Amino acid sequence: MTPPDSHRIGPISPMGPINPIPALEARNIAKSFPGVRALDGVHLTVRSGRLNALLGENGAGKSTLMNILAGVFPPDTGEILLDGRPVQFANPRTARAAGISIIFQELNLVPHLSIAENIFLGREPRTRLGLLDYTRLNREAAALLAELELDADPRTPVGRLRVGAQQVVEIARAVSFRSRFIIMDEPTSAITEHEIAVLFRLIKRLKERGTGIIYITHKLDELPQIADDITVFRDGRFIAAKPFAETSREEMVRLMVGRELKELFPKTSTPGTEEVLRVSNLSLRHPERAGDFAVRDVSFSVRRGEVLGLFGLMGAGRTELFHTLFGLHPELASGEISIEGQPVSVRSPRAAIAAGLALAPEDRKGEGLVLLQSVAENTTLACLAQCSRGGILQPGRELALTRGYVERLRIRTPSLHQAVRYLSGGNQQKVVLAKWLATGPKVLLLDEPTRGIDINAKKEIYTLIDELARSGLAVVMVSSELPEILGIADRILVLAEGRLTAEFPRGAATEEAILHAALPGNRN
Amino acid sequence: MNRHPCLEKLARFQSLLALVLMVMALSLASPNFLTVENILNVLRQISINVCLSLGMTLVILSGGIDLSVGSVLALSGAVAAGLLKNGLALPWFNLLVQFTVPGAIVAGILVGAFLGGLNGLSVTSFKLPPFVATLGMLSIARGFTMLWTGGFPVTGLGDTFGRLGTGHALGIPTPVWISALLVVVFIGLTRRTRFGRHLYAVGGNERAAILSGLAVPRIKLMVYALGGALAAVAGLLVTARLDSATPNAGLGYELDSIAAVVIGGTSLSGGRGSIFGTVLGCLIIGVLNDGLFLLNVSPFWQQVIKGVVILAAVAMDKMGSRKD
Repeated sequence: MTPPDSHRIGPISPMGPINPIPALEARNIAKSFPGVRALDGVHLTVRSGRLNALLGENGAGKSTLMNILAGVFPPDTGEILLDGRPVQFANPRTARAAGISIIFQELNLVPHLSIAENIFLGREPRTRLGLLDYTRLNREAAALLAELELDADPRTPVGRLRVGAQQVVEIARAVSFRSRFIIMDEPTSAITEHEIAVLFRLIKRLKERGTGIIYITHKLDELPQIADDITVFRDGRFIAAKPFAETSREEMVRLMVGRELKELFPKTSTPGTEEVLRVSNLSLRHPERAGDFAVRDVSFSVRRGEVLGLFGLMGAGRTELFHTLFGLHPELASGEISIEGQPVSVRSPRAAIAAGLALAPEDRKGEGLVLLQSVAENTTLACLAQCSRGGILQPGRELALTRGYVERLRIRTPSLHQAVRYLSGGNQQKVVLAKWLATGPKVLLLDEPTRGIDINAKKEIYTLIDELARSGLAVVMVSSELPEILGIADRILVLAEGRLTAEFPRGAATEEAILHAALPGNRN
Repeated sequence: MNRHPCLEKLARFQSLLALVLMVMALSLASPNFLTVENILNVLRQISINVCLSLGMTLVILSGGIDLSVGSVLALSGAVAAGLLKNGLALPWFNLLVQFTVPGAIVAGILVGAFLGGLNGLSVTSFKLPPFVATLGMLSIARGFTMLWTGGFPVTGLGDTFGRLGTGHALGIPTPVWISALLVVVFIGLTRRTRFGRHLYAVGGNERAAILSGLAVPRIKLMVYALGGALAAVAGLLVTARLDSATPNAGLGYELDSIAAVVIGGTSLSGGRGSIFGTVLGCLIIGVLNDGLFLLNVSPFWQQVIKGVVILAAVAMDKMGSRKD
């Protein structure tokens, strides 16, 4: 454990700097995880009263750096300077004590506790008897909600709020610490246009108060309203840092992507004419909010060889739509699904697989793979009947089948017996693809297939998707990355609050039009 | 990073190494340890725990736990003994069904499988945590054992049945043969069958297993039923050995069984481990008990030492797997 006064003066400046610079600085930070080098010597400086927008694609290492600054885990090498003095954070609590708080992209709220309880979790006001002072708790929470213009009773359980409102609660919590530096990790990924405007006004007030803000985003349109400086990362490396006024949109895109978009998306497939999957009036009742729907009256179809892109913000119901299609919510779902013209009843993943569906889930490690098991064991998991006779495994067949996919998908692994947890994210994703291709699917559902993998692996995944489409597979791909969806989809559907709000053929879609259709409350 | 798989292999040898060291130390400390007679004695003594622990390994690999094996052992043994001695009276039909030895054995195993199946149903259909489901069964099966026996041992079961526990073949005790045969069968089951592979997948990542279309509830049901059946086999061996089914048979055996599985390197969170490791775990506990007895260590100290060994084994295992 680091003592609470761990941000004492470092050995370099024993007397302390004469003129401390009010700034938070990360210098030469490196961090590796098994199978991936997440950060490789990056820098970031945010000054008091300014907003530094940290830009980069998924997998650039932005979130890793934020976790380091917030004390979630330590860097392998490099140092963090607060007002010019080196500091070390043992955990988020010490980071917060030093004046740094973070709004995580993933919601870190306890659903059964109320808004007020969540905001003040761990530092609840108490009465003189040591009991919780609910009057004060709710009063202070109400004041924060008013500042954020969220119209909700602070006593409402957070689980009953829509995802966007939950994100506002998360923001309220970070603000309530009155920290000197606030890190915002894609805070606008689920909120309405109105909520975004409120957030931007809040950011302005915070800056006037002298708060320094690190703002992670890949929505460049937001920057003119809030940004003072920009910093760009790519593939875990530091690329550039400059004042916002001295850069342009084109330059920022070039710095982020590092190459022409065309190079990244090798699009050669063209859709066939034969319809493979038709979904009619698919709905999913919300598991927690009675009377509400997570997916509402969604209808679409996919043709042979077509790549259908499905875009939506966080909480739009993308994953829920896939889960419903895959038979994970038989009690809550309604609607019809037919495959190659035949109506099918999909009431379990087993039935879905038998009908010719395959789902590569968003959470690769949590849902896609058995990390302890080998490449071969994962590849054959869904089709083990092919590699066994009378229940007895035939290792020869299993290895031959796996070897075929390892070659076809160019999976880089030292051996077929390597546990998949030691593979890089990109190769893990390929193993998930191999598992599903081995079941001989007609429709491949891909949920965020490139999340958390580096840019070269992404390119390989795009190439594979293109190859699969060319071989006649119908592909439905959910993505929250616009360039990706624009680059490889033949057709794009937009989902907002569980409904389809727009459809664009390839070529007719623009980032602005898609984003507009995706924002909650913009229903036509 | 390629170091890690090697470390894993090393971790598996840890328990083997511990066993070898123990055997060497005890051979030096006591002239009576490394004799054919004593070794066979150890093997016979652990055969009960081996049977229980085979089932326990499957249950733990699947991500569960079975606290009821001791009680299931007692009830299965008591039912087999009661049927063999008194037959089954069916007053409605005015019938008394007599049981042969094989008939009683089959009935005992069916009782075990049935009780295990009920555990499986509690876990899969009623979504009870395995700890709670089998804790309930621990009490229920013990209660039924008391009811069935009236609280008194059932004795005088005859020589044919008794040979199951006391007989020899080629100089090796029958229980050792039986447990060795079961070990071979279950090594095959876990390593060479689809069921075994699915079992590891369910324990390793249940969510991924469901999404891959595995019949997870059926696999779990099967695992608990097998666990119950193996507990019944252990119950038959105990009963035959003592020529008596006592209502308190198998009291606390679940703890030795879980200890053997854990010492053998099987992860309590499921998905990682092996039958071979469990056999090593049983051997380590057996040799430890035997050695401490030969060295005249007080039985009270024996318990303390066993506990320390369990903690040390799991701590080493944790340190091995926390490296990443």
